[in-house]
Amino acid sequence: DQVLHIVPETFQQVQHLQHLCSSLLLDLWKPLLPEDIWAGEDLHLRVPAPLVQEVKDSLDQHVISYKVLISDVQELVDQSMRRERTSHTQVPEGYVYTQYHPMEEIYQWMTQIQKSNSKLVTQHYLGKTIENRTMYYLQISQPSDKSKKIIWMDCGIHAREWISPAFCQWFVKEILQNYKSDPKISRFLKNLDLYILPVLNIDGYIYSWEKDRLWRKNRSPHMNGTCYGTDLNRNFNSSWGSIGVSYNCSSEIFCGSGPESEPETRAMAQFIERKKSDILCYLTIHSYGQYILTPYGSTTKPPSNSEELMHVAKKASAALMGKYGTRYEVGSTSLILYSNSGSSRDWAHMIGIPFSYTFELRDKGSHGFVLPPDQIQPTCEETM
Amino acid sequence: SAMELPPSHHRANRAAALAAGYVCYRRGSPGRGLRLRTVRRAGRRDIDGVGPKYHLELVLEDIVDEDSTVNCTAEVLYHLGNKNIAPDVQFTIEGELKNTDEADNIFYSQIKSLEKELVAENIPDSHGHVSPEMEPIRLLAWVASGYVMWQNSTENTKFQFAQIKHVKQVKRSDEYLEFDYMILLHEMVSQEIIPWQMTVLWHPQHGVQVTQDSRQPKHASE
Repeated sequence: DQVLHIVPETFQQVQHLQHLCSSLLLDLWKPLLPEDIWAGEDLHLRVPAPLVQEVKDSLDQHVISYKVLISDVQELVDQSMRRERTSHTQVPEGYVYTQYHPMEEIYQWMTQIQKSNSKLVTQHYLGKTIENRTMYYLQISQPSDKSKKIIWMDCGIHAREWISPAFCQWFVKEILQNYKSDPKISRFLKNLDLYILPVLNIDGYIYSWEKDRLWRKNRSPHMNGTCYGTDLNRNFNSSWGSIGVSYNCSSEIFCGSGPESEPETRAMAQFIERKKSDILCYLTIHSYGQYILTPYGSTTKPPSNSEELMHVAKKASAALMGKYGTRYEVGSTSLILYSNSGSSRDWAHMIGIPFSYTFELRDKGSHGFVLPPDQIQPTCEETM
Repeated sequence: SAMELPPSHHRANRAAALAAGYVCYRRGSPGRGLRLRTVRRAGRRDIDGVGPKYHLELVLEDIVDEDSTVNCTAEVLYHLGNKNIAPDVQFTIEGELKNTDEADNIFYSQIKSLEKELVAENIPDSHGHVSPEMEPIRLLAWVASGYVMWQNSTENTKFQFAQIKHVKQVKRSDEYLEFDYMILLHEMVSQEIIPWQMTVLWHPQHGVQVTQDSRQPKHASE
């Protein structure tokens, strides 16, 4: 396979390239969709080996100039990583789950995951961030004639918690690699649909890669652009603004100008609200601390199904510990950490989703947010 | 009136974090950093005219060798009326801490023999990596930060060391090693990342000392 770099010069060239992409089902690396091809903009196209000559001939015929960016994709893949020998790889070959990935790669991963697993996985539009980036969630659903309950999991609400999106990606990979061979997973999927949002706070995540590794909030501008960011996990409509927040934009726990003031919050809340009667369990993944947190943060009064919530969480914690001996404490946020209001987990429970948990992944503070990539695998394995 | 606290209660673990930071400061070195592993028991009672006093039974672990643990009992007294007085901390360690004389002496000679003063940034880096040569520099910062945490903690704070933004060695004519650090502390309750400058002195026989420190405004580290 080769990757070609093309810069179309005219509208006719754009049209021809779009035609080529859709008729030969070519793999667009940049941009993601044929309709985003523009004259004067970079195009990166992966062409499967058997089609390379045909595509090049067609480009020559239409006087479209190209450069070979990668002359042998397979060689590059083999070079850069150790391959796992699995007979049924349904995940993008060569994607390294034990490394942290910037947002562009996570977007590509989502597209690729759906492509390689189109019977089981569909990618869906959730909304746009404040900086106008698209948020997607993945639906993992085994075709069936009965309607199924939903488990929702979101990652990356807080930008600096890189292990969180890494976990969502790992989780998807594990499910897709093992659903045929693992009886637990296959029984799971017979009865439940999984909705996974790998990164909610996309703008913040990108900012933590490019500008400030320890950024937490989103990137909404306030006070005429002199101050940025709302803490999305204080922005939900659960006792919003009442405790454990700041009304000052310069604070890391600024709750925003009102409940669901942020487009990211709104997009997620509207979707979950629509589907709430089918959602059995809401999970939100954060770091660090090694906790499984139950509602509520805004009050110490326990939720109505507190015994059941704790029972399930304790079993999860025990299973987690069974893998590598890692201790995860279980309890309500208001007891273990601090009071807070406007958290997504509290909101999910308040609108009626019975099982609602925050996972605070590794570690206990020696690396904190800056968890080294060699901890990705053990963290994800034990949490699964 | 004394009150037993569930070990996972935030009041217990804030006091425990403070105690662990203090113990680490008093017992740590570039070869040994200590951190809190578990709170086994916690109790709280009010001391009239002063403030809340916590009695804690802790398990501390060695950062470098996580299987090496010690039990520690500590008492933490917060001075409610006066924010300028750091909490009183008393502690006893059961058993022996790992001996780090060899590693400490190697690090000491290495730095003493440098021609140019050591300068480094971003430890760990964005991906959590610390090069082996920088590990003692990181541990020294970790240990010294215990002092800053102790001096600045209240019942409503829980500090964690986050990162060294910048470190510069300052050559001295006496036997001490001196480093000027700019570190980032993570405060859990407010979720703030706080830059803090510290001047740290160390000698294998004389332990770690923070001789000067000052909290920096938010963007001082950039």
